Amino acid sequence: MTPPTQEPFLKRLMDNPWLLLVLGVAIPMLSYTAWGWVEILLVKPATLP
Amino acid sequence: MTSLTATIPTALDAPGAQSRHCDTTGLKVCLSSQSFIKLSAVSAVVFLLLGGIAAILLALTRWQAVHLLPVDWFYRILTFHGLNMLIFWILFFEVAILYFACTIPLNARLFSRKIAWAAFAMMLTGAVMVDVTILVGRADVLMTSYLPLLAHPAFYLGIILVAVGTLTAVFNFFATLYIAKRDRTYEGSVPLVTFGALAAAIIAVVTLLHGAIVMIPTFTYSMGWTPQPDPMWYRMIWWGLGHQSQQVNVCAMVAVWYLVGHLATGAKPVNETVCRGAFLLYILFINLASAHHLLVDPAVGASWKIWNTSYAMYLAVLASMIHGFTVPASIEMAMRDKGYVKGLFGWVTALPWRNPAFSAVVLSVVIFGFIGGITGVTLGTQQINIIAHNTLRITGHFHATVVGGTTLAFMGLAYYVIPLIFRRDFVWRGAARLQPWLFGGGILMVSLGMSFAGSLGVPRRDYDIEPSGAFGPASHLFLGIMGVGAVVAVTALLLFCFLCVGTLLFGERNSGRAMAEWGAAQRLPGVREGLLDHDHWAMKGTIALTAVFLASFAVYYFANWKALADVWPVQ
Repeated sequence: MTPPTQEPFLKRLMDNPWLLLVLGVAIPMLSYTAWGWVEILLVKPATLP
Repeated sequence: MTSLTATIPTALDAPGAQSRHCDTTGLKVCLSSQSFIKLSAVSAVVFLLLGGIAAILLALTRWQAVHLLPVDWFYRILTFHGLNMLIFWILFFEVAILYFACTIPLNARLFSRKIAWAAFAMMLTGAVMVDVTILVGRADVLMTSYLPLLAHPAFYLGIILVAVGTLTAVFNFFATLYIAKRDRTYEGSVPLVTFGALAAAIIAVVTLLHGAIVMIPTFTYSMGWTPQPDPMWYRMIWWGLGHQSQQVNVCAMVAVWYLVGHLATGAKPVNETVCRGAFLLYILFINLASAHHLLVDPAVGASWKIWNTSYAMYLAVLASMIHGFTVPASIEMAMRDKGYVKGLFGWVTALPWRNPAFSAVVLSVVIFGFIGGITGVTLGTQQINIIAHNTLRITGHFHATVVGGTTLAFMGLAYYVIPLIFRRDFVWRGAARLQPWLFGGGILMVSLGMSFAGSLGVPRRDYDIEPSGAFGPASHLFLGIMGVGAVVAVTALLLFCFLCVGTLLFGERNSGRAMAEWGAAQRLPGVREGLLDHDHWAMKGTIALTAVFLASFAVYYFANWKALADVWPVQ
């Protein structure tokens, strides 16, 4: 009896809308939003001349 | 949740299902989904009409020889145009696409009518609030509404309502996917059109979250309840809404390309995994592209800018190039399979050019790829952006992507949506066949006129360039080309609205029979199916076109580096 073959990882990923949703939200939120937010927070307020 | 979903069977072909049989496609159509597709599509076309009227007023003002509007109305109408065209028309139509994609191809009913009603009511109320606030002169802040410019609270509340309403519709989409999978209404993976819509829905979630993050504190500030949010922070989060909403368009548009290609020529994706992989790249990386709006902003560093606009974003560009290849390649293979095998481009002349949905999609692919795509990647490069930022080149770029690409593709889809969902055949079919060409030609002139004027330094969002004395006859010529193009494009847009409304009122009903066919590619007599199954060069025409595209890309990209060197010589 042959063991059941597992589908390729990429196909399993693309058939899982919930994992895609998590990754699709997490990547831009970290790379664009969180990183950019931190950079803005680290800007020192300008002093008047 | 039980009260929301009642006891209606999920599968549309189950006994007691609230569905009808489509006499054209043979598919089952969910009646709830059909109602909300109709509502969303009609609302979308109304906002398109409003935005189009605003477009001609703006173009005839930027065309210095005409200079139609007074200054206050110019900025008012510019705000109105941006929100109606980039947000309302697109979001309402996308909700229609989402409701279609999660029900009919999956043989599943819509998760909840109540949620769909709530979503639609919030979106419509919000959009009307925003439009009224702008037109009474309480929100002359442009679409971006950058702080410290401040509009009436109703403006921000309206945008929040539209965002929350759309998010609610997206929830309904995901819940429908869930019940369809749970109740096994389909076998295997979801169809490619649904997968494209899924990508659009995921990007929409990110987009609308940014909308909520930025608009809620701005609304409370406008009410005097909280301090002013930091303007730099506002810009960064706002572009997470403003640009990402256009990435939702890209996904929905590509899904429409595949759908119409299949309906008009019988094309099937060249390789499903590759096409889905390209959508996956969109899901993971396309939202980072918002950073290119901040390339000249001082508060974010070069690492953030370059990572988000180059390394990561190019994976999304790769995805667009994959779709830009596989859509025409699948059409070419379908045509060659039907027997049109002569030469490199013999299949092109046999394409169903009289089908307005098909011609709209072909023009959409060409304008989006050759104009919008090439300019987008170039302008999104940090160094080159410095010579183009805030010029009309940016406006020229996104009129090629959002209008020449997305709007034209959505117009093309309407030529099937109205006969299949509203069940009325189009009136004035000769005019309908002409409409995409007129709109595509007009918007091409608009985009090129803006791009060349911007290359000469003409700024965007500027009421009057004359006082500077810096712009000569060439700039005015290109602004004139933009103006004439806008007249042509808006005429085509009005024709589109006229055709849609005329069909809904006077179109012949097609219930009980197939819709009147627009024209589809036919198999040559005696040619058997599967002729090209083992021909690896069956897409050679598309490969040649791709070579032309890549050469154009390289020439434009390096010409811009040369232009940068001219502006900023390195000794």
